[in-house]
Amino acid sequence: MSDKSHDPNQMTGAAMIVRALIDHGVKDIFGYPGGAVLPIYDEIFQQSEVQHILVRHEQGAGHAAEGYARSTGKPGVVVVTSGPGATNMVTPLTDALMDSIPLVCITGQVPTHLIGNDAFQECDTVGITRPCTKHNWLVRDVNDLAKVLHEAFYVATSGRPGPVLVDVPKDVQFATGTYHPPRKSDVHRSYAPRVKGDATQIRKAVALLANAKRPVIYSGGGVINSGPEATKLLRELVEVTGFPITSTLMGLGAYPASGKNWLGMLGMHGTYEANMTMHDCDVMLCVGARFDDRITGRVDAFSPGSKKIHIDIDPSSINKNIRVDVPIIGDCGNILGDILQVFKAEAKKPDIKAWWQQIAQWRARNSLFYKKSNDVILPQYAIQRLFELTRGRDTYITTEVGQHQMWAAQFFGFEEPHRWMTSGGLGTMGYGLPAAVGVQVAHPDSLVIDIAGDASVQMTIQEMSTAVQYELPIKIFILNNQYMGMVRQWQQLLHGNRLSHSYSEALPDFVKLAEAYGGVGIRAHKPADLDGAIKEMISVKRPVLFDCRVAALENCFPMIPSGKAHNEMLLPEQANDEATATAFAGGKALV
Amino acid sequence: MNQPASAYFIEDRHDPNETHTLAVLVQNEPGVLARVIGLFSGRGYNIESLTVSETESQKHLSRITIVTTGTPMVIEQIKHQLDRMIPVYRVVDMTLTKRSIERELAMVKVRGQGEHRVEALRLADAFRARVIDATTESFVFEITGNTDKINQFIDLMRPLGLVEVSRTGVAAIGRGPEGM
Ligand SMILES: Cc1ncc(C[n+]2csc(CCOP(=O)(O)OP(=O)(O)O)c2C)c(N)n1
Ligand SMILES: [Mg+2]
Repeated sequence: MSDKSHDPNQMTGAAMIVRALIDHGVKDIFGYPGGAVLPIYDEIFQQSEVQHILVRHEQGAGHAAEGYARSTGKPGVVVVTSGPGATNMVTPLTDALMDSIPLVCITGQVPTHLIGNDAFQECDTVGITRPCTKHNWLVRDVNDLAKVLHEAFYVATSGRPGPVLVDVPKDVQFATGTYHPPRKSDVHRSYAPRVKGDATQIRKAVALLANAKRPVIYSGGGVINSGPEATKLLRELVEVTGFPITSTLMGLGAYPASGKNWLGMLGMHGTYEANMTMHDCDVMLCVGARFDDRITGRVDAFSPGSKKIHIDIDPSSINKNIRVDVPIIGDCGNILGDILQVFKAEAKKPDIKAWWQQIAQWRARNSLFYKKSNDVILPQYAIQRLFELTRGRDTYITTEVGQHQMWAAQFFGFEEPHRWMTSGGLGTMGYGLPAAVGVQVAHPDSLVIDIAGDASVQMTIQEMSTAVQYELPIKIFILNNQYMGMVRQWQQLLHGNRLSHSYSEALPDFVKLAEAYGGVGIRAHKPADLDGAIKEMISVKRPVLFDCRVAALENCFPMIPSGKAHNEMLLPEQANDEATATAFAGGKALV
Repeated sequence: MNQPASAYFIEDRHDPNETHTLAVLVQNEPGVLARVIGLFSGRGYNIESLTVSETESQKHLSRITIVTTGTPMVIEQIKHQLDRMIPVYRVVDMTLTKRSIERELAMVKVRGQGEHRVEALRLADAFRARVIDATTESFVFEITGNTDKINQFIDLMRPLGLVEVSRTGVAAIGRGPEGM
């Protein structure tokens, strides 16, 4: 026997993968086996440090890992097989890329000598996933594997976080080579994200803030990604300056919804006060958000009179959609700290009383108004009750995509970051249920609720089986309006009320479906039954499908019609047929 | 423009397009060119010319030269998007430095006899193109220069029996003693 056989760093590629996971502190991974990852599964079987959660579809593994990552701040890890396993990961990888979520996905690949031969379950995984990962690697030599795995974790979690993928051919998994623990030289020298903000730019920003008459802070998911320190500093900045603050869908919870400076969410379905404040402000401080089209509305009419400061770790976010006056590239926690320090030393709280009076008038419009009913459950009411009845609990919310998602954002108040998991950039129906699985794995004793739609939930319903298997008591709260409500809303507003294929025909009986999976089904029809049913849902310590029958034709307001500016919102009381027709006047082309 | 009814805001900006030459220093590893090209096609940017070759083999460095067009905002985006790729070391906008030299090499095959043949040779001489292959009825010329010069030469060869052209695309380098 050679000496090498006693070297603890000599091991197979498959063993290296598990070893690297352990070295990076990974406790839980999500995956699905197949021919090209069997050596890895064999290693997983023979250890107990890393727990593997078996999903029912690889897309579920991806979203579960996203939920895990967003609720913990740690990377989510996925292992799937070659070919269909890899292609099923395309949606969650794209989702994670859009929402800057750190994922490490390990895919099996056919043996190196078969690559390019159209072998069984071969696909060009790195080619397919190149545009939907932050970076990806095909490892052809087992002696490169340790380096690549460590770099993968670094790239996923540093700078602007995102998904990465490591494709490992089966022969590389079997081959023996040398492992090494993570070290600095594992990373490309060309990759060095900037963390610290430029001091001159920070001074310029403070000068603008200190002299603002009508300021606003517009924060995004970047603050949450940056970590607890950034959230703390953001709150402190609001306190020290006395400025109003709004946030994107992804940024909810960084500033508490109960905070006195909170304007509510901005954008297409944001509050009137948030959007008007954005439109009329003279200084805008954008922290960790990216001026996306759901936020800006009409770009040439976006906040026309303001000086804009933009803090972002990704230089490509700067001046992409909106030209800004003071870009500051770096980590927002770091930069908020610097801004606060300079502000406290050199500026005093600007007097913006008149601005707050103006904002109070906008608030008084009560843009989230809806008509309550004693006969049918209004979806907004359902979210409000869910919020009230879970208050004070250790609660995490995920969502699917549609009207229910927007109502959840509008009516569920988030006090802390990492509590709100939603597919913002990609808008992936089917995200919420598996994401809840991932959140519950990370937080076994917390209350994890997926606020779902009747159509979305069917896209990944199979993960109920995962929840039952691992005794994950997730609650799927379906706002069942028997429509793809958001699609129908657009058809009503833009396509002459022709409801083409947006009715949820042949819905399953969700209560029976829950029972078929071994979970619990609960249904509520009437407002009077709602509280009792929600309390029952909370008290059940098993997976629940809650079929909340809501008013079918309710639409989501306020709303910025497309091609309109922030100050041209459609408010709920104006959303009668005539006003809507005028607001959306235009051609009929669908673009 | 009248907005069509849409979930998206349809913009009609009229910023004029500019042409820029970008030098991109990358780690020479499998897939790096695919990443760069995929970025351009995926985000709808233009590629007018693209050349790539390893320039420092010990360090595994390659240099990609890209000629692209777009509005100033798009050009800025392209540079940032390239720069944030993991294997990209540096992106230099050679057009902004205003101190760069651009060259392209073309091989131009011309077929003809009599007066056309004589005229082709005479023009080649004027453009400092070299004859690198000849038969009794054809020439292959090698010409280097900037893109305009090569375009002009090719235009002149067309009526004289142009058969085919092979071009390298643009390579660019800064003037003066400093490296990029
Ligand atoms: C995977 C996917 N396919 C299609 C869409 C387009 N889409 C957006 S919302 C929506 C309807 C969602 O219906 P439902 O889940 O019942 O939610 P509701 O709007 O009724 O609350 C559709 C089809 C999408 N976002 N994701
Ligand atoms: Mg629905």
